[in-house]
Amino acid sequence: MYDFELTRPTTLADAIKALGEEDAQPLSGGQTLVPTLRQRLAMPSTLVSLTGIEELKGIKNGGGTLTIGGATCHADVARDGTFPALSELAGLIGDPHVRNRGTIGGSIANNDPSACYPAAALGSGATIVTDKREIGADEFFTGMFETALEEGEIVTAVKFPVPEKGAYVKFEQPASRFALVGVFVTKGADGVRVAVTGASEGGVFRWSEAEEALSSNFSPDALDGLSVPSDGMIGDMHGSPAYRAHLVGVITKRAVAKAA
Amino acid sequence: MTDVTMTINGRSVSGTVEGRTLLSTFLRETAGLTGTHIGCDTAQCGACTIHVNGASVKSCTVFALEADGAEVKTIEGMANADGSLGTIQQAFQDHHGLQCGFCTPGMVMTAAALLEENPRPSEEEVRDYLKGNLCRCTGYHNIVKAIMAASGQDVSAVAAE
Amino acid sequence: MPADGGIGAPTKRREDVRFLSGTGRYTDDLNRPGQAYVFFLRSNVAHGKINSINTDNAAAMPGVLRIFTGADFEGVGGLPCGWQVTDKHGEPMQEPGHPVLAQGKVRHVGDPIAAVVADTAEQARDAAEAIEVDIGDLPAVIDMKKALEDGAPKVHDDLTSNLCYDWGFVEENKEAVEQAFKDAAHVTTLELVNNRLVANPMEPRVAIGDYDPAGDMSTLYTTSQNPHVIRLLMGAFVLGIPEHKLRVVAPDVGGGFGTKIFHYAEEALCTFAAKQLKRPVKWTSSRSEAFMSDAHGRDHVTKIELALDAENNFTALRTDTYANMGAYLSTFAPSVPTWLHGTLMAGNYKTPLIYINVKAVFTNTVPVDAYRGAGRPEATFQLERVIDKAARELGVDPIALRRQNFITEFPYATPVAVEYDTGDYVATMDKLEEIADLSGFEARLEESKKRGKLRGLGVNCYIEACGIAPSNLVGQLGARAGLYESATVRVNATGGLVVMTGSHSHGQGHETAFPQVIAEMIGIDASMVEIVHGDTANTPMGMGTYGSRSLAVGGSAMVRATEKIIAKAKKIAAHLLEASEGDIELKDGAFSVAGTDKSVAWGDVTLAAYVPHNYPLEDIEPGLEETAFYDPNNFTYPSGAYACEVEVDPETGKVTIERFAAADDFGNIVNPMIVDGQVHGGIAQGIGQALLEGCVYDEDGQLLTGSYMDYAMPRADDVPYYTVDHSCQTPCTHNPLGVKGCGEAGAIGSPPAVVNAVVDALQRNGSSITHIDMPLSPSRVWEAMNQ
Repeated sequence: MYDFELTRPTTLADAIKALGEEDAQPLSGGQTLVPTLRQRLAMPSTLVSLTGIEELKGIKNGGGTLTIGGATCHADVARDGTFPALSELAGLIGDPHVRNRGTIGGSIANNDPSACYPAAALGSGATIVTDKREIGADEFFTGMFETALEEGEIVTAVKFPVPEKGAYVKFEQPASRFALVGVFVTKGADGVRVAVTGASEGGVFRWSEAEEALSSNFSPDALDGLSVPSDGMIGDMHGSPAYRAHLVGVITKRAVAKAA
Repeated sequence: MTDVTMTINGRSVSGTVEGRTLLSTFLRETAGLTGTHIGCDTAQCGACTIHVNGASVKSCTVFALEADGAEVKTIEGMANADGSLGTIQQAFQDHHGLQCGFCTPGMVMTAAALLEENPRPSEEEVRDYLKGNLCRCTGYHNIVKAIMAASGQDVSAVAAE
Repeated sequence: MPADGGIGAPTKRREDVRFLSGTGRYTDDLNRPGQAYVFFLRSNVAHGKINSINTDNAAAMPGVLRIFTGADFEGVGGLPCGWQVTDKHGEPMQEPGHPVLAQGKVRHVGDPIAAVVADTAEQARDAAEAIEVDIGDLPAVIDMKKALEDGAPKVHDDLTSNLCYDWGFVEENKEAVEQAFKDAAHVTTLELVNNRLVANPMEPRVAIGDYDPAGDMSTLYTTSQNPHVIRLLMGAFVLGIPEHKLRVVAPDVGGGFGTKIFHYAEEALCTFAAKQLKRPVKWTSSRSEAFMSDAHGRDHVTKIELALDAENNFTALRTDTYANMGAYLSTFAPSVPTWLHGTLMAGNYKTPLIYINVKAVFTNTVPVDAYRGAGRPEATFQLERVIDKAARELGVDPIALRRQNFITEFPYATPVAVEYDTGDYVATMDKLEEIADLSGFEARLEESKKRGKLRGLGVNCYIEACGIAPSNLVGQLGARAGLYESATVRVNATGGLVVMTGSHSHGQGHETAFPQVIAEMIGIDASMVEIVHGDTANTPMGMGTYGSRSLAVGGSAMVRATEKIIAKAKKIAAHLLEASEGDIELKDGAFSVAGTDKSVAWGDVTLAAYVPHNYPLEDIEPGLEETAFYDPNNFTYPSGAYACEVEVDPETGKVTIERFAAADDFGNIVNPMIVDGQVHGGIAQGIGQALLEGCVYDEDGQLLTGSYMDYAMPRADDVPYYTVDHSCQTPCTHNPLGVKGCGEAGAIGSPPAVVNAVVDALQRNGSSITHIDMPLSPSRVWEAMNQ
């Protein structure tokens, strides 16, 4: 690793101030960032640790909305159970040790195209709360490893409307155990949402055709004959674009069956 | 350089570290506890698994400064007070749950976290919980068996020793 | 049997106590006073000409002590190859140089260009980034067949081509084999790939060089399976340090699986640099470095043909294999696709005529050498796959076809130059059918169907040649080393023993199993025996541990030395008991005079040896310490039968292992618990090869599987509990313990069972698929199903 200064603010205000420094970068659970630093693929001058900030942690349930602090670890979400599909998703991320460190804010801000949380946020129409504003999930995820976040802006919370029905099914890449294809499906007050992670070169996306079909008939059969085009799907040694496109159909059906 | 102090296996340990000093490095080099091993650089192998404030973590993904003031437990703290092997350690020996021993500290720390959370796990739950810990020697058979046995379950029906 | 376990007891491992309490002493746990650190700058291109290296800026950086490049090693030897293969025309293989640091060219991603030594590891890495290297890219050759085409870029400019050797075996049989194929009633042909693997012991490699100017003594601490071999190769061939001025220590080693047999550049660099700088120099590999610097395994492309007569008897076998050597010849690389592979092609079957052709090829990839099984998994895989395919083509039961062709009389001389001493393939197959509950398969098949899954059953046999091996034989075959093993048994005055063995334990449990043998021989507790290994300063010259040889060869040396001890102790006892030496019996730790109640305890005899007051000094020397070197007169031939049941998810192509059973014949067993563990681990590696693992390069020679993010290691949820059995025992006839070796069996026997099972599942579902190349990842299986 290149050397850097590590600061551990205890308030959000101090963290924001520290992030104002040149080449300062937030550090949340570090499960992606630390390996990246160890490979010398990043060179921050200062890392601002967010995990010591109590106001960024915790899960609140109120008025049909689950608000999860940005520095809440996956294990806490997995244990919560208010939004069962979300808790199940959190319990499928990485492994137990990763879940004890990795945070929802870090995962969403990183927007790895194979990560699980972006699917949950997009698939349930969540709102991403930052220190500056609130951003709808539809506007937040802008591409592979890209989000609407500005320099120095941090995710302080994610607000999930708890749906009537929901499920997540993950088909793992054999080596990394990230999602080769993961599908998060919900049926709630605002209709049906289907969000797919792992598959597309553009990162997490909504499969609108499936949403439409499921709106009138929320059952796996509704997806018969539907498929996503393989154009724009990721192709690598773990699966061709055609395979991933095929899996999107299979895994979506399984998610709907599980939710229905 | 920054001062850091933490309690490791019940003993207070202080040192001066850089921002980039990993907790695993601090344990091995400053605290002299070399039972925590480094088997990869992508946070996948789990050989460095320890407990920080009661939660299992991969110590190669945590900076030493992040553990300032924390309660840390490593493999060196897993024996009984009289120095004999603890229940999980003893089960690993009884059921040949280790060969080269390199992944073993991480396995034992993971098993301890599992049994804390889930005192009578099923075979499937054990295998799922071990997802973040690689072993190249045992084929996992005797590790799973040892953990089942450590939880007090009868493993006599599991094929072969 | 001794109270704490003799031969055959499942004695718990004594070494576990330190491993379980975090007090093991692995090489990276060692730190020498004043130690400096080295970082290797490695090539990021597969093939290129080094136009210039400028280290000026880097050398001026903080903490930097010295930067070494290829130029520093021009007067020094390169890394030697330990085995010379002779091609089918009687010519020696093409053998390129292998510099410690690249000279003139880089030949694979990861090829070391420079080594920076600094006060801290991070300083060394910082400085390495400041080295200016100008490399002119050259086209890389990755695919073996393309590498042999006319005009292909040459990995080594001074060789005539990228062909290392073209080996024919047995060349004299070639015409008869061709005739047999012309006469055959049926011929089954299969083309397949044996995928390139990375051994991945969980402990990455580490080397620490140390130098004591006062005694002009160099010491290397290293993660090695065979410290004496490293001392010989590095001392004599690379650095010119005589062996009495060089000590090699391999302390606790965290797994080897073959890849820690070989002598590596990093070992030589650390030893060399320590002497130059008069400071200890340490290198700890990262896992990322390991992927591009540890020797890889397997990587064969094969066409195999099996000829059968009208009664389905095998009449001939012919294979055509391309074997990847990588960019340089690693220590034992040339032997793997030849003598460790061709000699096993008869398998368990009485095929009378066999011809094997192997073309070994240089490519711009990491060198390939022995990995658990080394050549024998490649032989077994192709043979057991082609037999399965033949059975399906002929519409006969794959097990019945195997049984029909089994060798049933021993000793059996194969047409590929080896003689199996013992075996009982019918017995292991019978045992397999029982423990795998093959009669219950149909019911399980129906149950899987109900859940929408395709179930398949795969069965195969294997034979391996291990316990390597007779030195005079391997010498004729091109080995540049002997393959004996050594042991010194030192008895202390109060009766305890220390065994200094040339074998090396890196997970196999020698510290527990070896004492069981001695305890049994003398009739004392195993706890009275201590095992010392891994340090050339206090063990006799040994060849180390690989090829399932520790007990068969190293254990035999220990038995021979102990026999000498007992013989001498009997002389002392005869003197003490005033009896004839021929009447002395040793039982339960006491010497007695046959037919009398006169006896003397083991401890009294050992004490007399060191306090020789009442002692036959005119006949024998005081003391009780003996050394033996054991050179076997044949390989050992473990064998077995394996069964795998899989489920295939037809929608995703994902394969899950539902059941796995192994019936092995390892001859006599010293510690059944350890044997089971060895088989379990081998099976998991075999399942890994079959379903998960595969080292992938792109066409430019970039390593795409450079970490655990893309190289799929088997995890706990990828495998089931295994059912293993070793009750079929036909003891080896030529070593004193009657043991055969068990370390590699699982990795050799399991891949074909898995692939046979997947093909079975698909064919039962109406598919015409006859083969899918490993690893059978979900995408590969799905692609095959949807072609």
